[in-house]
Order: sequence, then structure tokens, then C-alpha cells
Amino acid sequence: MKPAPFRFSRPEAAEEAVDVLRQHGWEAKVVAGGQSLVPLLNMRLTTPSVLVDINRVRDLDRITTTGGWLEFGALVRQRRLEDDPRVVAGCPLLAEAARWIGHPATRNRGTVVGSIVHADPAAELPLLLVTLGGELVARGPGGMRTIPAEELYLTMLTTSLAPDELAVAVRFPLMAPGTLYAFEEFAHRHGDFALVAVAVVLRPGADGRLAEARIGIGGAAEVPYRAREAEGALLASDAVDKAIDEAARLAAEQAQPPDDVHASREYRRHLVRVLTRRALYKALAGVSQDV
Amino acid sequence: MTVETPVRPAYRWIGQKVPRLEDRRLLHGKGRFLEDLEPVPRAWHAAIVRSPHAHARIRSIDVTRAAGMPGVLGVLTGEDVVRMADPFPLTVKIPIRYYPLAVDRVRFVGEPVAVVVAENRYVAEDAAHAVSVEYEPLTPVVDIEAAMAADAPLLHGELGSNIANSRRFDYGDYDAARRRAHRVVRGRFRFPKVSSTPIETYQVLAAYDSQQDEYTVWSNFHGPFTLHPVMAKALRVPLNRLRLLTPPDIGGSYGIKAGVYTYIVLMALAARKFGVPVRWSEDRLEHLMASSSGTDSLIEAEAAVDADGRILGLYLRRMDNVGAYLRPPEPACLFRTHGNTTGPYDIANLRLETVAVMTNKAPTGLNRGYGGPQLCFALERLVDRVARELGLDPADVRRRNLIQPHEMPYRTVSGGLYDSGDYPAALERTLELVGYEQWRWRQRDLRDRGKYVGIGLGLAIEPSGSNMGYVTVAEPAGQRAGRLPKSGCTEPATVAIDPGGGITVRLTSLPQGQGHETAAAQIVAEELGCDPADVTVVTQMDTFTRPWTVSSGSYSSRFAPLTASAVLLAARGLKERLRRLAAHFLDVPAERLIFEDGVFVDKADPGRRISLRRVAGAVHWNPTSLPPGEEPRLEETVFFSMDEAAPPDEADRVDSSVTYGFVSEAVVVEVDVETGAVRILDYVSVHDAGRVLNPLLANGQIYGGALHGLGAALLEELRYGPDGQLLTGTFVDYPCPTAAEAPDIRIEHLESPSPLTPLGAKGLGEGSTMAVPAAIANAVADALAPLGVEVDCLPLTPHRVWDLIHAAAGGDGPAGRPAAGDGGNERRGGDAW
Amino acid sequence: MTGVELQSLPDRMEIAVRVNGRTVRRVVEPRLLLGDFLRQEAGVSGTHFGCEHGVCGACTVLVDGVAVRSCLMFAVQADGCDVRTVEGLEGDPVMQALQERFREYHALQCGYCTPGMLISAYELLLRGEARDERSVREGLSGNLCRCTGYSGIVKAVLAAARSGQAVAPPNGERGG
Repeated sequence: MKPAPFRFSRPEAAEEAVDVLRQHGWEAKVVAGGQSLVPLLNMRLTTPSVLVDINRVRDLDRITTTGGWLEFGALVRQRRLEDDPRVVAGCPLLAEAARWIGHPATRNRGTVVGSIVHADPAAELPLLLVTLGGELVARGPGGMRTIPAEELYLTMLTTSLAPDELAVAVRFPLMAPGTLYAFEEFAHRHGDFALVAVAVVLRPGADGRLAEARIGIGGAAEVPYRAREAEGALLASDAVDKAIDEAARLAAEQAQPPDDVHASREYRRHLVRVLTRRALYKALAGVSQDV
Repeated sequence: MTVETPVRPAYRWIGQKVPRLEDRRLLHGKGRFLEDLEPVPRAWHAAIVRSPHAHARIRSIDVTRAAGMPGVLGVLTGEDVVRMADPFPLTVKIPIRYYPLAVDRVRFVGEPVAVVVAENRYVAEDAAHAVSVEYEPLTPVVDIEAAMAADAPLLHGELGSNIANSRRFDYGDYDAARRRAHRVVRGRFRFPKVSSTPIETYQVLAAYDSQQDEYTVWSNFHGPFTLHPVMAKALRVPLNRLRLLTPPDIGGSYGIKAGVYTYIVLMALAARKFGVPVRWSEDRLEHLMASSSGTDSLIEAEAAVDADGRILGLYLRRMDNVGAYLRPPEPACLFRTHGNTTGPYDIANLRLETVAVMTNKAPTGLNRGYGGPQLCFALERLVDRVARELGLDPADVRRRNLIQPHEMPYRTVSGGLYDSGDYPAALERTLELVGYEQWRWRQRDLRDRGKYVGIGLGLAIEPSGSNMGYVTVAEPAGQRAGRLPKSGCTEPATVAIDPGGGITVRLTSLPQGQGHETAAAQIVAEELGCDPADVTVVTQMDTFTRPWTVSSGSYSSRFAPLTASAVLLAARGLKERLRRLAAHFLDVPAERLIFEDGVFVDKADPGRRISLRRVAGAVHWNPTSLPPGEEPRLEETVFFSMDEAAPPDEADRVDSSVTYGFVSEAVVVEVDVETGAVRILDYVSVHDAGRVLNPLLANGQIYGGALHGLGAALLEELRYGPDGQLLTGTFVDYPCPTAAEAPDIRIEHLESPSPLTPLGAKGLGEGSTMAVPAAIANAVADALAPLGVEVDCLPLTPHRVWDLIHAAAGGDGPAGRPAAGDGGNERRGGDAW
Repeated sequence: MTGVELQSLPDRMEIAVRVNGRTVRRVVEPRLLLGDFLRQEAGVSGTHFGCEHGVCGACTVLVDGVAVRSCLMFAVQADGCDVRTVEGLEGDPVMQALQERFREYHALQCGYCTPGMLISAYELLLRGEARDERSVREGLSGNLCRCTGYSGIVKAVLAAARSGQAVAPPNGERGG
């Protein structure tokens, strides 16, 4: 189980990487952490002729907080989500969910951006990007652009990133103080991709009602999605238990889960309902996690 | 936590927690696995082209492009194989032709179709992808019952059906037992196709000497060496022209690596065709799709019981899916437990039907427990059903049926001789340890609060040291009569003392992690008065230079009953020789000598003493000083076998193993009825394997064996689609438990020494693999009893449990409504945010 | 900006990797996996592949002090890096404590996965993340062992964490 031959490029600047991508387009693959790509190369499920290794583009290895965003350069490893003080303080949901991503050795090498653009519908980080409303920063031959989360994912393992574009960073909005949140995941084993994962973010308003509710669902469609109707149901009702049950029901109704070796469509849909409810109660119980 | 039994006195080393000698190298990256060694220089590397179809005719193979690639030596195909080799001889006489490479038809996904030989594995894989094979797809069949149907697609046309072997055995009078029964309790149980998936995959390095028509193959094959003649026959050479060697270290097997032998033949043929040594390292995808696995089984079971739950008669119909070929030693999986088919219960009437069915799945073979997990699952689930149908407690039904200690040794109806044990005591201890009665109370209380907790028992006879004759019951007595009977369980061991007094032990037990070096050193140290750490134990196999037998190897937990006995007797024999010589040198009668700390001392005159080292020196350096008639030899080889391992009798009774241990387990689970997730709250395992040689090693075997059983119970299955495609072909999809899923186990040992083995020891390491799937299934069924759920298949993935709950509730399980206290992290919200 | 022609990109590269303190300089294909480089080119054979798709963890090594899977990294990506395997940590007090406890608690049987397991456990200790049984079990969940049932491993790592408090700097920061 060895990869097919490829040529190797290791640019030291992002423009240089884009240059290689511009030339080779679909024939080229970008590697940073490689935790999703290299297994596919080893199995020869993908056989690019050029591998563009961006590990020497050192200025991509940065976490920054600017203008209400927490930004991760394309070389920031997932491991840093666990304990970087900026993450813990500014976007605690990311820190909380980080321990569900693979295993220590894959988090040591795998990057935040890498997982985001790999676009596995059951992966944690794409789900969090969609739930929190983040955006991807891409550099192409024509310069930089940002892609909002909801425009990023087209279908399973496919993003709207052009073949000559390099994802240079991802941004998550900082969570406002007082935000309640929770992450629930159901997998067969620790570290496996989720059968279903649910992230919720609730912002209580001044009037004892919810000012904002976000419910993100992973593993239950070709892309992670916001359960908008469920969110609406939460905002519309004062009766908490009833609202939560209704939200869970709506979230499951909206799901279009895959039917595969790991789980049936019906089971996944059912898990959406159960996990949504659990996540909502967990978020409500998590006042102590108040930022 | 592990509860230790009080240790016996008298032994200094045996029975002690001696840390392993093996660890000294393995902890420092100094293990010597075959991949780490270059026993011959300049080996070439093989990659195998495999079938993407479950069932297809091979129309053509075009190797031109592959063979012309730089760095490629050539490609071996079915044509070459037919020219140079014969089909493997089979365990039973049926007209199917099984070669290590597909000849004109492929019968499972992953079946080898061609072998590319190149300068390295990277290039070999490049070329393998360039081999073009044209297939004509045929209809596959993967399911046991579908394959048995009259109109099923045939895998082997010559046979006329997909049934490779079937037998019916009647012991006592089952029909009469059934007639007088108060009730007949039935079940239909499915056990999944699972593999213990050692982390080291198959490794082979083959060379061929054309001058002598002689094959030399290094591999991580660990026997049984009954397969050596199978390989030699296929290669068309006598056994002394097929030299098999193994490295010092093998990276796990649990039976799976016995299946490497077909690849030994395949690479031997490649080495012959190209005239170079050929190395093949299997990759994980190959391993999952085409190495080996246990059988998936369908078992129909009936217990004829009286009103108190006493089992008057047992009927089992075991159907094993052996995959695309009846690969030797199959159909042995159906017979490995033959003598202990009735488990730990006193059952006088047994009807057993066995069917080995071929389908378009990968062929099967040894896997930890070999037939035992399947049998135990059916039997122990059936016993729980008896309890449920009669309104009795499952522990009580077991109490009423267990063989009593005063009945030992106990002869089962099918011929097994249970050598020792106190099964009721082990069960009672299990119930006490787990707090059975307390859990029954808590269970009721928790149910009232919407929590589903269940307690499950799993009892298993753990057979060890298989009788070579057991497989022959696959054929009726009439057919057997015309052939050489098979019996015995011979295992050799050699103990030698060098001119400096150093002790070397040579084994052919081929360990893959079980710690044989340490246990053998303990036994020798005990006998010869030295420290185990000073004993050198050699485990590499070489069929040209080592004493071995057709039954040598690692399988059926035979180390403790057989290898350990051979080591003991060899060391003892050597000591007696040394004693005679010491008596000669000291000029005292041998009976007057005592042996202490490596020195022979005259009881009557303790000043007269001579060290073992000194005697050894004399034998090596000064043999003329020996008494007349005494051979100058300080090496003792004992071939140990046991008379109990007799061939099957006319009535098909066979004592299929030489010793029988007992395992009694209790598992407490909580089922999350919303998600179907099963959580283990407690797991107690009580073992009686006779005398324990080293509790550290014994518990290691139990933990490991239990986790394999737990994998089969909760997670693992080699799943195939209806088209015969393997759906679980990676380690992502075939979910072995990790540390996060593994429970802690509370282990306790009872010791009923075997009267049959010189140390009183029995094998251990497979019992929990047999017992725990049943215990977990019983626990889950117990937990979900209020919902009307029965459990008759594994693994109990959350999905399956949810399906079971859903089906029992007629499509609307408790899942629809939130459970109180759900998951522990939920609080009700009240009526305001 | 000019285009980058395929032929101008290398299909072989000279790399220098520091392996257990020794610099190994080789010309390799970019596709050579780091694990193969260590075993075949650097002659460091203690660490093995178990799956080559990043699940089993047997091939875990330290690259610049961080535990990674050597089947998911190419040798060319380790150019200029410091790679350590269990052989290169002889005498390291934390590794030594682990090795001693592994033996004491029978935390290995066949030993094939052990070098990778030790590296993962080593990092867990250095990061101060072997806090309790749960954290050890989760921290090692990326390393499959089919022999031991993990019981001995978990106990050994917890014992090493207890005994190693004197050698491992507090709060998991790596010294030196």
C-alpha cells in the first residue's frame, strides 16, 4: 500500500504555491498536515502528479485575533485548539470539540484548515465552521477572497475552492460573553468520524428569551448544515422543554443522512433528534462555562 | 483490579509473577520480526493483483505493460501455478481445486490473481496496477442459507452444491429426551465473521534452490505443522525439500497467521519462477480482505428441559460459513469443540448436526477460540432463554445443570474427558464478586427511573491442547476406517547445558507474544536451580534443524498442557543424568544427593558437593571421566504427548482436547435505549485453568482474549454486501476496540490442577473470547427484557441494539419519548430560558 | 509570474534527516513514506507499520519533538527535521520510567505495536495529560494493541506518570 509516484513542490511563500496550482490545477494537491490526504494517496484512491507541500510557508503558522474573528493560518495544527489561550477564551466551543478530532498524533500534524477544506460531512471542524458562521480565506491567481461557511461546502468532500486557489486561513467569529454552547457526538469508537455530531450555540437575551440560537448538524447530510427551522422553534417559544423537543424533531426532519456501511438513514436521522436534544440541554446546563 | 489467589508454597519460580524476558528487547525497539531481518541478501519484492469481484470467470490477463516497467522482474499468473504446483490437499475428500492463486475463476474479493515481482514494494505496486485482467462476472452468494438453497449459484461446479461437509451425530437419545421434556426451548443464533487482526500482517520471504529442487521460506507462520505436508504436496516436493523458518519475534496472531501458508506456497512459486528470493509484506487492506478470519455461523438450537430447567437433551445444528474454499484445516472450526459441545452442563442426550458451507467470502481458519465463541454464544443464550421461558433466574438454571465436582473426571456424551474443576464454586464466586443479588435489586430500581441495566452470565469450557484426531470426525467412521488414524498432541522441547553450565531451551511452540520464553525459563529455573533471567530460550523454528512434529506450533492454547510439560520433563531428565554423574564424581549413591541452588550435596555429608556447572564442564571437556555406559550428552529432548488424545471411536466420540479449563464471567451493562449504546459497568472473570504458571502472563492472556470477545460482541464484523463486496476493508471500517472502549476486568483464578499434566497446568487465553460475547448478549437481553427484546445476533452495535428495540416495539420504540435522567447530562429546562 | 513546468519539479530529492541524533542523507523519491525511510534507509527498524492509513498508530515517532504517524508523512517532509524513535530515547528518564512500568505491568505481549505505543505514552506524560485512567485511555486511543486488552498499558502509564513527577516538568511543559 504505497502511493503512486508524484512530483514534489515545497514553496516558501503562498504566491509560489498558487503559482504551482495555477499551472497544474486538478493534477495538483496541496498537503499541509496530510492526515486525510496521505491515506488516500497510500491507497491510490487519488493519484495527483504534483504534491504542493506548504509546510515551509511559515507565515501561515499563525493564530490571530482581529476584528471579532479568531483566525487560523493554514499551518496551524489541530492540537493547538485544545490549549491555546486565545481559542479557550475567544471560541471555547472549538476547544471543547477539539478532543473529538481524531487522536493526539493526528491532531499534532493535521491542520485546522486542512480538515475544513477536506469537507468530510462527519468531521468536527467543518460542522463548527458552519455552526459558528466562519469563513475561509483563499488566495488565487487574482488575489484573496473570503468564502462564507455556507457557500464553502458543495457536497461530500467537495468545496467551492477553485483548483488554483490555496486556502490560507480560516476565521471563526469570537463568541460573545455569556454565550451558551455544547457539542455532542456519537461515534462507535473514540476518535472515529461521527455518525452524527451536533453543535449548539445559544445567546440569551436581556429579556429572558433567547437572542440567538444556532444548531449545526454533522454527518446527517452531504454537508454540515444549520438546522434553521429548529433554531426558529427555539426562538419562538418560552416553554423550554417543549421548544427543545420541537427543535430536535425539526432538526431530524431537515436531515438528509447518508445510508452506508456505518449506519442507516433512519438511525442517523434518529440520532440527530436525540443528540440535538441532549446538546441543547447540555448547553443550558453549562452556565458555568460562561465566557 | 485483579484479585489474586493465594499462591501455593513449594515453588520458587513456577506460579510467580516473573516479568517477561522478551520485554528486554521489545521495549527498546530491538525485536526481531521478519521485516527487521535480512536472512538472505538482495530479495525482490512482491505485490499481488487481487480480484475486485466476488465471483467471476477470468477471461484474460495481460501482463505486458507491467512486466516491461523499469525495475520489474516479471509477473506470476495462474498458468505458472498450474504448471509448477498441485492444488492443496483438503481435510475432507471433495472435488474442489484450491490453488494459492486463482486459475480460471475468482471466488472472493481479494483472491490473488497475479504476483508482480520488482525491486521494491513501491515499484511492485505500480506494476500491479498495470496488470490488466478481464473478468466475466458471475452471480455471487454470501449468505449461509442462500448458499445452501437448491438453486444457489455454485462456487465449485464439480461438487454439485455449496456444502463442503455435513455430518450428524447422535449421542444418547435426543428424541426420547424431547418426548419427556416439559418444554422445548429454541433459538436461532448468528455469530459474525470476525478476525483478531494482529498488528503485524503476514510476512513471507521465499527462496528456491533449483539444483536440489528445494524451497526455503521464512515467514511468520506459527503452525500447526499439519499444514507443512499440505504446502509440500502443493509444491510437489517431499517435506525435507521445504524448509520453513521463523524469526524470533512474531507480531501477534491469535490463530490468524496459520493462514499465511497459502502465501508461503505462492511466494515459493514466485521465487522459483524468477530464480530470486522474493519478499512479500502483506498490507492492511490485503489482510482485511484476504488473510483469514473466523467463520460466521448460524446455529439452530433446542433444549429439551424439565419444569425445573434441567436440560434433558440438547440439539444443535451448526452451520459455518467457511468462505470460498474449504481451506485446511477447515472444517475443523466445527469440530474443535466436539468433546465439549455440551459445555459445563451435565447433558446426557445430544444431537449435533454440522454443515460447512462455501460462499463468496474470504476463506476462514483459526481465530482465537476457534469455534468456541460460536458454540458458547448459542449455548449460553439458549440457557438464558430457558430461564426466561420458565420464569427462573438464569443463575439458578445454570446451578441446576452444572457438572458437580464429585463427578470429575467427567466424560461428556460426545467423548470429552473433563479432567478437573469445580464449576459450581466458580459460578458462585463470580456471582459474589459481581454482586449479583445486589444488581438484581438495583436493576429493578433503575428500571423504575427509566434506566436499562442488565446482568449477563457467560460460562465456557475452555479446551486446550487439541487432539490431532478431532478433525477426522468430519468424515464418518466408515470412511475413516480405511485410513491411517490420527491422534496425539505431541510437542517437543529441548533443554541443553553448555560447557560453561549455561542453559538453553529450544521450543517449537512458536509464540507470538504469549511469553513462552519466560514461562519455559521459569520451569527450567525451578528444576535446575538457576534464575530464569539466565536461561536462554530459543523459539525460532527451522524444520531442517529443530526437533519438531506434525503437531508442533501455536494453536489450541497448548503451551501450558503440552510444551510446558515437555520442558519440565526434559529439564527433569537432564537433572537425573546430572545427578547420576554427580554421584559418580562424588562417589556417593545418587539417592543421597539433594539439589539446591545449582549444587548437588550429599545429605549425609554436606561437605561433599559438586556444582551443576562443574558436572557440565566434565561432560563437555573430559568425557572419559564419565562412568562406563554414560553418554557424554547434556541435552535432553522430550516429545510429550498424551494417551487421552485418542482417535475418534466408532460412535464418533472423541476427546478433542487433553485438558479442559473453565471460565465463568458476569458482565453488567447499561443500555442507552435512545441511541442503542451499550456501556459496560462491570466485568468479572473467574478462571480455572489448573495450575497457573505465571499470573502476569495468565492475566495478560485473559485481558487480551476478553477484548477480542468484546470486539465481536459489540463492534467488529467483516461485513459483505449482497454483491460480495467487502464493506469493512480498512481499519476505519473494521473497528477494533481502542483503549477508550476497553473495560477493566476483575479477574480471579481458582486452581483445580489437572491430574493429567505433570504441572497440573491447562491452557488459557481463549476462554474469555468464548464467554464474553455470550455474557454481553445475555446482559443486553436482560437489560431490555421489559421491552421484549431478544438478542440472537452479534455484534451489538448501537445501531443493531436500536433496531432490536425498534422492532420489539413494533416500529415505535421508547426512542420516541425522552427518557428521564437521560445520559446524566440533561436537566429539564423548566419553563423559561 | 511564470508557470511551473512538471519536469522542473523534482522526482527525486536529496534530503538530510536527523534520526536519533545521527544525520542521514539520502536521495529519495518524494513518495517514500517516512516510516519506510526510517526502516530501510536509516536502518532504524524498531518502529513498524501496522496499517499504512493512519489508524493503528504502530508507526508513531517524534518529529521535532511531536508524536506523528510515520505512515502519513513523506520522508521529504522530514528534510531538516529531528526524528526520534524509541531507540533514540535510551536513557531518557521519562522513557525509561515507561519501559520499566511496561515490563512490570505486562503492558506488551507481541511487542510489535509497542514502540509506537511508547512514543504516544511518552508525549502524553510530557504534556502532563496522563491525569487519570480516562485521560490515559483517550490519550492512547490512537494506538491499537490486539494483545493486551490495554489493561497493563493503562496501568503502566499511570504508574509512570506517578513515579515520573520528579522528572517530568510540571504542567506538561517540555524542558530543553
